[in-house]
Amino acid sequence: MIAVGVLTAVGFASVYIARQDVVSTSSLAYAGFFLLLYLAAHLVARYTVPFADPYLLPIAGLLTAIGLTEIYRLHPDDAFKQGTWIVVAVGLFALTLFLLRYDYRQLESYKYVFGLTAIGLLLLPILPVLGLTVNGARLWVHLGPLRFQPGELAKIALIIFLAGYMREKREVLAQGRLKDWGPLLVIWVLAILVLLETRDLGGLLYFGIFLAMLYVATARIAYVAAGFGLFLVGAIGVWKITPHVQERVTIWLHPWTTHKVYCPLSGEPALRQNCQSFQLVKSLYSIGHGGYAGTGLGKGTFSTIDGHPLIPGASTDFIFSVISQEIGLIGAAGLLLVYMIFVLRGMRIALLAQDGFSKLLAAGLTFGFALQTFIIVGGVLRVIPLTGITLPLVSYGGSSVVANFLLLAGLLLVSNRANREALR
Amino acid sequence: MNKQISHLGVAALILLAALIVGVTYWQTWANAGLADRQDNDIKLVASFTIKRGKIYAADGRTVVATNVRKKIGGQTLYFRRYPTGPIFADVVGYSTQSRNRTGLEQSYNDFLTGSNANLDTVFRSTFDRLKGSTVTGNDIVLTIRPGLQALARRLLQGKCGAVVALEPSTGRVLAMATNPTYNPNLVERHFAQATRTTAPCGATLLNRATAGKYQPGSTFKMVTASAALDTGRFTPDSPFDDPGYCIEYGKQVRNAGNPEAPETFGHVNLSTGFEHSINSVFCNVGKALGAGTVLKYADRYGFYSVPPLETPENERVASGLYDHGKLFAPKHPDTQVDPGRLAFGQERLQVTPLQMAMVGATIANHGVEMRPHLIERILSPGGHTVTHYEPKRLATPIKRQTADELTRMMELAVQGGTGTAAQIPGIRVAGKTGTAETGRSNINTTWFVSFAPADNPKIAVAVVVENQAGGFGGTVAAPIAKQLMEAALR
Repeated sequence: MIAVGVLTAVGFASVYIARQDVVSTSSLAYAGFFLLLYLAAHLVARYTVPFADPYLLPIAGLLTAIGLTEIYRLHPDDAFKQGTWIVVAVGLFALTLFLLRYDYRQLESYKYVFGLTAIGLLLLPILPVLGLTVNGARLWVHLGPLRFQPGELAKIALIIFLAGYMREKREVLAQGRLKDWGPLLVIWVLAILVLLETRDLGGLLYFGIFLAMLYVATARIAYVAAGFGLFLVGAIGVWKITPHVQERVTIWLHPWTTHKVYCPLSGEPALRQNCQSFQLVKSLYSIGHGGYAGTGLGKGTFSTIDGHPLIPGASTDFIFSVISQEIGLIGAAGLLLVYMIFVLRGMRIALLAQDGFSKLLAAGLTFGFALQTFIIVGGVLRVIPLTGITLPLVSYGGSSVVANFLLLAGLLLVSNRANREALR
Repeated sequence: MNKQISHLGVAALILLAALIVGVTYWQTWANAGLADRQDNDIKLVASFTIKRGKIYAADGRTVVATNVRKKIGGQTLYFRRYPTGPIFADVVGYSTQSRNRTGLEQSYNDFLTGSNANLDTVFRSTFDRLKGSTVTGNDIVLTIRPGLQALARRLLQGKCGAVVALEPSTGRVLAMATNPTYNPNLVERHFAQATRTTAPCGATLLNRATAGKYQPGSTFKMVTASAALDTGRFTPDSPFDDPGYCIEYGKQVRNAGNPEAPETFGHVNLSTGFEHSINSVFCNVGKALGAGTVLKYADRYGFYSVPPLETPENERVASGLYDHGKLFAPKHPDTQVDPGRLAFGQERLQVTPLQMAMVGATIANHGVEMRPHLIERILSPGGHTVTHYEPKRLATPIKRQTADELTRMMELAVQGGTGTAAQIPGIRVAGKTGTAETGRSNINTTWFVSFAPADNPKIAVAVVVENQAGGFGGTVAAPIAKQLMEAALR
């Protein structure tokens, strides 16, 4: 419990100091408000899940604080919106804990509802009226003024479904009867479909979660290999037919060209670093500019001399390159360590949990969290092809914050139950 | 299931650890490579968040380069401003976003941005960065005297050429001007306007003082005379017979038909030959010494190497023989080079004003050549001296006695020879004229290399003026040198 306080204090001290650097006066009110918000969240957690892991909430608080600070530094208006979303997310987090405080395992009985919800959410952006294409990928849904990425919520729903389904069928799955594989093949086809329709590599996230949970449930590494092979076949197929995915891979392999190549954005020949790989290259420059110690919070360079932004999407997909520039290698590696601690705690919860559903749920949620971090940061760092998804709890984006707080609620519920049983 | 969960956890941690490796790679290993990329505009913009050090003239008050602060899009940027406009442009250069940097702005960028390796500076700029306050560079104080520099520019107005003034005993550059030049304040936005000139020649961005290659004409006789006297083969009194020409390879090489060598002098000595710049005398000296010896002395003065100075290396060139645009160091000078023409400064000689000023300053400094330098001190933003430049000996090309004999001969040239236009009442002036034919009819490159006072030299000046129709070193360049010396000694 002391650790909670210390970590929270460190989180807010960093917000406060950073804010002071950028804009001095109104920041204290902001920091105070968030301190109260997390105090409230903490009290709710204490009341509803008293035995839960004490590290996760402060870590989430720290991550949102880092994210909010950088968003504030880039676009103060967006920080207000993001702050509002965090309030909403914490509210939903508290509500979830409150509703499911006795036994979250009732969720298992609704697994097919969650499965259908996940499919529905994934397919939403494809619908003609609601769907919206941003940056060449069709991942958005808009309802009037509200825009959100249903994929984030679909991730949670999918994990709940998979946990329930695999708990029930894990013996028969291990035997490999075709009948029981039906729903999973549906998932696989869907992952490919999502990849195809949204013209994005984000499908990798869902499929990765699926394979990871399949492995935990069946202990068959062969399934993982086969699944991965199938995914590769599918992915190569997609690669062959969709220029968008091809382009992503080309950008990844050769972001810089010395000669002008055809630029699909302008239709004229241009150096690739000035065309398709513009974002990636600028982001790498930003990371490189940070060096060991970074430029200092608020001292980074993100706009041209005329005041135009240098990195498109700096507060969403590329927030990691912004953070890397301002707090350098020490800070960026530190941030990744925080993610690692989160993952360690999450996996510990999965280990301590008593029943299959809880184990699968906690492992799935944690791995989903880790994989999403890997996909976006790996993309930004050119470890893997770039995919536009959010950095959990840090990036600007309402749906992402809400989804990740629900994920956190799930982990705390599992942890609470496991620790309570252990004490008994 | 716990075993699988452990595996999964390890896998997840490996993925995240790979990210740490990735970010470490970009921020340490690949960092320099990224920073050097042409399209790295973050680096470019960031360089404008540093408050570059100011540059002052020798008086420590005249600001030559400073910054204008502008707040754009929430960031404070510093843009370079040059209060003296074109007067120091060729030395200081410019620092802009679109055209990068030249001059001292380029070669002393590390000091000006506070990123030099001096321990004090490292501490301070690191501390600035950690504090989040603006990094401020070191200030530079030049050796150039602002009044003299402005005068040099004024005297070159409307002409093409250059002036270099050195302090013989220390190697300090007192003035270094070139015309045409440019206004560094206009380089960023009005480049065409910045480089427009009314002078009858182009190449406004070229620092003619250090990178302009000219035929030295008779000023090279200083080098030939150095060789003649220093080797002991000749004395100032060595007799010569001047028939108005000299025989080379069986052919007559006539004295130039100009006031520097107008007529047939008959029986003269070396000193008179120098005073009246008689080509046939030096032609015979050259033949007697051989091209190799003359070139050896040129080499001792620093020909064939780029003169040391703080400006970027690519803004300076070496003097010497040039063949097809390349520096030509003959392996067998006695067969490859015409010794007679070399001796009076023809052949394929190309020299810079800086090199000729160094020759003059060496003679003035009793044969000791001092290393020329432009920077007096480098100061931290708090005013503490980071670096102070001590005078350094570069070479000793000639003996003291040779230098003193040459000084007397140069004095005679000003008193009653070709350089009378450089006389200053009450001050003993030593000088040597030069007029090089360009090959176009009656168009000459005119030279004057001088120092004063001859008995205790305070300033050595080299002046070159190009494209002079019917002009000579003694009529065009000498008056400019005279005014500069007069102003410096006043």
